[in-house]
Amino acid sequence: MKIVYTDVLVIGGGLAGLRTAVAAKRRGHDTIILSLVPAKRSHSKAAQGGMQASLANVTKGRGDNEDVHFEDTVRGSDWGADQEVVRMFVDTAPKAVRELAGWGVPWSRVGRGDREVVINGQKVTITERDEAHGTLAQRDFGGTKKWRTCYVSDGTGHAMITAVADRAIAEQIPVHERTEALALIHDAGRCYGAVVRNLITGELAAYVAKATAIATGGAGRLYRVTTNAVICEGMGHAIALETGVAALGNMEAVQFHPTGIFPAGILVTEGCRGDGGLLKDADGNRFMPDYEPERKELASRDVVSRRMEEHIAKGRGAKSRFGDHLWLDVTLLGEQHIKQNLREVYEICHYFLGVDPVREWIPVRPAQHYTMGGLRTRPNGESPTLKGLFAAGEAACWDIHGFNRLGGNSVAETVVSGMIVGEFIADFCDKAENDLNVPIGLVRDLVDSERAKLDAMLEGSGAEDATELKVRMQNIMTDKVGIFRRGEDLKSAVEALQQLVERSRSIGVHYKATGANPELVTAYRTQKMLKLALAIAHGAATRTESRGAHYREDYPRRNDAEWLKRTLATWRSDADTLPQLAYEALDVTKMELPPGWRGYGERDYVDHPDTAARAAEVEKIRRRGGDRYAIQQALMPFVHLLPERFRGRNERFDEPKAAGR
Amino acid sequence: MKDTTTENRQLKISVLRYNPQVPGDRPRLQTYDLEEAAGMTLFIALNEIREKQDPSLQFDFVCRAGICGSCGMMINGRPGLACRTLTMNLGPEITLAPLPVFELIGDLSVNTGKWMRAMSERLETWVHMKQQEVDLTRIEERMEPQLAEEIYLLDRCIECGCCIAGCGTARMREAFVGAVGLNKIARFRLDPRDGRTDEDYYELIGDDDGVFGCMSLLGCHDVCPKNLPLQTRIAFLRRKMVAVGLK
Repeated sequence: MKIVYTDVLVIGGGLAGLRTAVAAKRRGHDTIILSLVPAKRSHSKAAQGGMQASLANVTKGRGDNEDVHFEDTVRGSDWGADQEVVRMFVDTAPKAVRELAGWGVPWSRVGRGDREVVINGQKVTITERDEAHGTLAQRDFGGTKKWRTCYVSDGTGHAMITAVADRAIAEQIPVHERTEALALIHDAGRCYGAVVRNLITGELAAYVAKATAIATGGAGRLYRVTTNAVICEGMGHAIALETGVAALGNMEAVQFHPTGIFPAGILVTEGCRGDGGLLKDADGNRFMPDYEPERKELASRDVVSRRMEEHIAKGRGAKSRFGDHLWLDVTLLGEQHIKQNLREVYEICHYFLGVDPVREWIPVRPAQHYTMGGLRTRPNGESPTLKGLFAAGEAACWDIHGFNRLGGNSVAETVVSGMIVGEFIADFCDKAENDLNVPIGLVRDLVDSERAKLDAMLEGSGAEDATELKVRMQNIMTDKVGIFRRGEDLKSAVEALQQLVERSRSIGVHYKATGANPELVTAYRTQKMLKLALAIAHGAATRTESRGAHYREDYPRRNDAEWLKRTLATWRSDADTLPQLAYEALDVTKMELPPGWRGYGERDYVDHPDTAARAAEVEKIRRRGGDRYAIQQALMPFVHLLPERFRGRNERFDEPKAAGR
Repeated sequence: MKDTTTENRQLKISVLRYNPQVPGDRPRLQTYDLEEAAGMTLFIALNEIREKQDPSLQFDFVCRAGICGSCGMMINGRPGLACRTLTMNLGPEITLAPLPVFELIGDLSVNTGKWMRAMSERLETWVHMKQQEVDLTRIEERMEPQLAEEIYLLDRCIECGCCIAGCGTARMREAFVGAVGLNKIARFRLDPRDGRTDEDYYELIGDDDGVFGCMSLLGCHDVCPKNLPLQTRIAFLRRKMVAVGLK
C-alpha cells in the first residue's frame, strides 16, 4: 500500500485550493495539492467578469467601503448568509485584490479624465480623478450599489489563476495532477487525509495529512445545462457527505446565471450587462425595466433569471429548433469596447455561435451556474463535526452567499477564503495536539474498501449503465429542481432520484481496464453525484418558502418566521437513499443587518419574531453615532475572528491611512 | 446556430489510438461513424463516440469553451482546440491525433501539465517581487492602464501546447522552451513589478534551448488559438537578448 505523508492535503487545484496551499506552505507546513487536471485548467479560469473588492478608486465607486459591500452581499443572499463571515470576507477582499496586484495580476487600471460609458441604455460621460490614475479599476455588476468589481478585461479568472498557480510553483508546492480523492480517511470525528486514485495508472494511494482541505469547486454537472466545466461534478462535496459525519449546508441553494449562450450553456459574463448590455425579447423589446424598475438588468442573478424565464413562459421568447431563448444586446457598447473589454465574449460568440456580437444579438437563456451549498464550516473554515477537515471556495458553505451569490463574489471568495482558511490550517498544524496519530490499520481498511468498490463495478455482475443514470439525473434536476420549483415536482424528483441511487448500486462497467478508464470514472462519480442530487432535491422539497435562488411557486414568500435557518444534510449510511436533514437557526438578535426587503425582487415576506426588536436596537446604536468602524463594532464585532495579519484597515483615497488598525 | 433543413452529414472520425499503459498495445488509426448534428463541436462528437461506441477512448476536455487549454490536439494535421472546432467547418472525414512532443497518456490525451510545470520551474514564470510581502492595507502601486493591457495581452496564454506541437525546433530539441516559454519571459519583461533584468533573462533563455533556438518558422504564431503576437514578441526578445550577449 502506497502512503504519502504530508502536513496539509489540499483537494482541488483551483484558486481556492492554490491560495490555501500558499498560505499553509508559507507558514512552513508541507503541502500537497491534488487536482483532477493541471491547476491552471481548473474552472476558476472561467470567471470572466471580475472580483468584488471595495476599493472605491473609480468615480462611480466613490463612497464604497466594507459597509456597502457587506449590505449588498447580505441582501443578495436574501439574509441566508452568515453575517460575521460576510464581514470577514468584505474586510479581506481589498487585501486580496491588492496582494494579487503585487503577485502580477494585470488588473485593468483607471485612466484619468473623461470617458464614455453606457448606463441604462444611454451614453454617459464619466470623469475619473487624477489621483486615481493607474490604480485598479472597477466596473458595475448586478446587485451592487457601487461600481466595485475589479477586473482584468473579461479574463479575470484566467489572469488570477495564472498568477496564483505560478505563485504556488514559486513556493515549490507540488500539484499531483490527474489524481482524484475517492474517500476521506476519518475516525472518531477526526479527518486524516484521503484515499486517492491516479487517473492515469489507476493506482490507489493513501494521502495521510494533519489537515485536509476541500477546495473542489461546484457541482454544476448535476444539471443538464450548466455554465460549469465538465469536471465540476461536486466530488469534494460528495466525499465529505459520504463521511456520514460532516454536513453539507444549504444544498438546495443553486444559482442560475441569466446569460448562458443558448443552447450550449457556455457563460457570457455579467460584465456584458454591467457595462451596459441589455436583455431583449423576441420582439426586440427591453423587458427588464417592466419587472425590475430599480435595478433592471442588474438586479441580482436569481431575480433576473426568474424574470427571464417568466417572460419566456409568457410566450415572449425567440423561437429556435432547440427551444425558446432571449437576446443579449451588447451592440450599443461599440466595437472597441467589445473587442477589448469583452474579448472572451467575442471569441465565444464567434466560435460557438457564428455570431458577431458587435453587430448581432447573442441568444441566451439562464443556465445552472453556482453551487451556494457546500461543506458547512465554522468561520475558520473547519467542519464543526469533523476535526481537521477544512473547506474553501465554492465547495464550502462558509457562508457568505446564503441563498444567492452576487456576481464577482465567487472569485473574491476563492482567494479571500484561501488566505483566511489557509492561516487557520497553519495554526491547526502548529499545535502539538494535532500531530498525526493515525492507526495504519484504519488507512489500510479504507484503501481496501475503496478498491473493493471499484472491483465490484469492474468484475461484478451489475448491469446498470452509469451514463444512462447520470443523464436521467441531469434531466430530473433541470426539469424539476431548477429555477421554478413546485412541491409535487420536487416530491416526484426525490422519488425518482432515490430509485436511481438504488440502481446505481448495480452499475457494471463494460471496459475493464484498471488504469485510465473514463467509463469507470463516470461510474463511481455517478454514484456520488446522485447523493448530492438528493441533498439538493430533498432540501428543496422540505424548504416550504422562497429565498434567493430557491423559488417555490407554491410558497412564493420568504418566510423568516419559519425558515431563517441553514439546511444541514448528512448521509449516515451507505444503505440509505436519502440524506438526513437538520437545521441551524440564524440568530436575528446578533445580526448587523436584520432581515428586510432586498431592494429588488419580491417585496413580500414574513418577518421573524425577533426582527422588529433587533431593527430597533440597530437603529438605536446607529443613532448614538461615532465613526463607521465604531458603529460596526458595536453592532456585530468580527475583527477577532480574522487571522491577526489581516486585521488592518483598508486604505482608500477618501479614507487615507491613519494610525491604528 | 444555423438551422438546416437538409439531411445531416455522416462523419467519419479517425482517431490515432495508442494506450502505453496496456502492454503490447500498438498505435493504430480507428475510424468511427457519426451523424453530424447542428452546432456539433469535436467536444460533442468525441463524447458521443465515447458514450455510445467506445468507452475506452481517452481525451481531455475541461471548460469546453476555449479558455482552459486542455483539448489541444492535431485536427486534420494541424494543432488546435477541439472544443471550439465546429465539425461543420471541416470535411466529412476528420483525422484526430494527439499533440506531438508531449508525453502521451493515451489516445488523444497528452501530459501538457507536466511539460508546462517543468517549463515554469525552469524559467521561473512568476513575478520576482522587489519586496517579498505586499502591504495589503495600502493603496496599490499605480500602473499605466495601457501597460496593464499590454501585459494582459501576453498573459492570455492558456498553455494549451499548440505552439509546441507546431514548432520545428521543439521536434529537434527536447529542452526547447518554445513560444509558450518565450512569451512568458516577454510578459515578465514588460512587468515593472518584476525585479529581473535582461541579464537575468539572458541566463534563462540566452541559448539554443531558449530564444536562439527559434528558427523563425513561426508555426507557433500561425496555430496559437489565442492569436498571441508571438512573431513580434519573439523577434523583439531575441534583439534584446542579442544586445545582452554582445555586451
